[in-house]
Amino acid sequence: MFAAIVKAQRWFENSCAGAGYTLDLFLRAAGQIPLLRRKRRETIQQLALCTLGSLPVVFITALFTGMIVSLQTGQVLRDFGQESSLGYIVTIGMCREMGPVFTCLSLAGLVGSTYAAEIGTMKVSEEVDALEVMSIDPVYYLVMPRLIALSLAAVALTTYANVIGIAGGALVARSNFDVDLEIFLKNGRDALKMKDIYGGLLKSFLFGTTISIVACGQGLRADGGPAGVGRATLRSVVISFMLILVFDYLLTWMIW
Amino acid sequence: MRINAIVSPVEGIDETPSVAHPTPVSYRPMMAPAAIELCELTKSLSGRMVLDGVSLTILKGETMAVIGGSGAGKSVTLKHIVGLMKPDRGCVKVDGVDVTNTNHGSLEAARRKIGFCFQGSALLNSLSVFENVALPLREHERIPEPEIRRRVEEKLALVGLAEAGQKLPSEISGGMKKRVGLARAIIRNPEILLYDEPTAGLDPVMGTAINDLILDMQKKLKVTSVLVTHDMSSAFRVSSRIAMLLKGRIVKLGTPAEFKASDDPLVKQFIYGESEGPLTRTPA
Repeated sequence: MFAAIVKAQRWFENSCAGAGYTLDLFLRAAGQIPLLRRKRRETIQQLALCTLGSLPVVFITALFTGMIVSLQTGQVLRDFGQESSLGYIVTIGMCREMGPVFTCLSLAGLVGSTYAAEIGTMKVSEEVDALEVMSIDPVYYLVMPRLIALSLAAVALTTYANVIGIAGGALVARSNFDVDLEIFLKNGRDALKMKDIYGGLLKSFLFGTTISIVACGQGLRADGGPAGVGRATLRSVVISFMLILVFDYLLTWMIW
Repeated sequence: MRINAIVSPVEGIDETPSVAHPTPVSYRPMMAPAAIELCELTKSLSGRMVLDGVSLTILKGETMAVIGGSGAGKSVTLKHIVGLMKPDRGCVKVDGVDVTNTNHGSLEAARRKIGFCFQGSALLNSLSVFENVALPLREHERIPEPEIRRRVEEKLALVGLAEAGQKLPSEISGGMKKRVGLARAIIRNPEILLYDEPTAGLDPVMGTAINDLILDMQKKLKVTSVLVTHDMSSAFRVSSRIAMLLKGRIVKLGTPAEFKASDDPLVKQFIYGESEGPLTRTPA
């Protein structure tokens, strides 16, 4: 019993220390943004890597998310003869929730894990120490370009996912429920407000920031050789997933 | 005048060690000014005392080898000198500046004087050899690209790798990586060079080549060097003085000749690599 309490206390202390470290890392990385011009090449490289590298996965995820939303809600709406409302539901659902959340969950798995593994490997092979000895701040050199790149990539990919998801929803609405494409899109356009678009993109920007900071933070705290890198990668994905869902609830509550 | 002739370890060792830290190592610089001073350096990691009141003065221009078995605290000592670790107690002074208790600017200024060769070279794997060596220049000095190219090529030639600039670290051997690490360490002409296990993992021929390179740096760049190693042939070949670390304390300090002539069973067992002796005796 006592051992369990001690273990819980240690877990709580480590969690608080980790949260504090991550928040501090975010503030330090944000403080380096004025130096972005000197790191523009690396930032563009990172942006291209995480955007182009994620396109196929985001395409599949968004397409099937839109199709599933359309199929599930269409079956319920058919009972009330309201299939034509599918355009409204799929468009709002994709822009407010499904687009940002599913895109960023994909990014946490694809890009966040890569960042954690990459920086974790640099940490255990003393490359991060080498940067420090050369008076090159690892936060400036490694974290800031990734923070900017993933935050922007999340917004761009969410926009792309919204379009693909709505297209997938429209496809199912047309084939399964005989909803005319024009009516589907008109309903979607009528229902959609600028707040829905900007709110969703704001969410994805913040999720992208969260994923990159969590991943870089886990990488920078990796120790214990390859096993430590593996643990850091796993923690990065798990923590990002949880934070995306928690922040999604809070942001939805605040924006709408 | 040779450094090992200036300071006799008998004269240098404090004859009245403190009660708390009886290690007889408080070294008094006799003539040359101190490049690095370790004062009562104490550090625990995961509840284990790694450094237990280490005091040592390394004089300008000398080559100090810090020897000791695995886990003796050698690499931790080096990491304290460059400010990668903060001690629990004590201080590290680089050219008179306390790097353990200083602001970011002063630490950077102290690091500017130091070149560090890591045990595993610590080259950035995403950059080519040339870009690795050029990195400190590109990040810190506003100099035109042709000048960067000239300086990098000069340093690569100095370590015998003039042709390897475009290769990636994954495409070169361990010995070449060590030499690239050295070229990167000297690119900004430091006053102090720190080597962490420079010959570890290398074959004897490559180990000798690295030792020659260390001597070459000493001769050409007139730097103060500190190398941590458990390779006694390397320590004897390149150093002007040797400090032996055991369980976080310096147990002997002297010239290579004094180490070779020592009757101390600890020293004898270590330098001759004997399996039986006080180092391997388990306490009753």
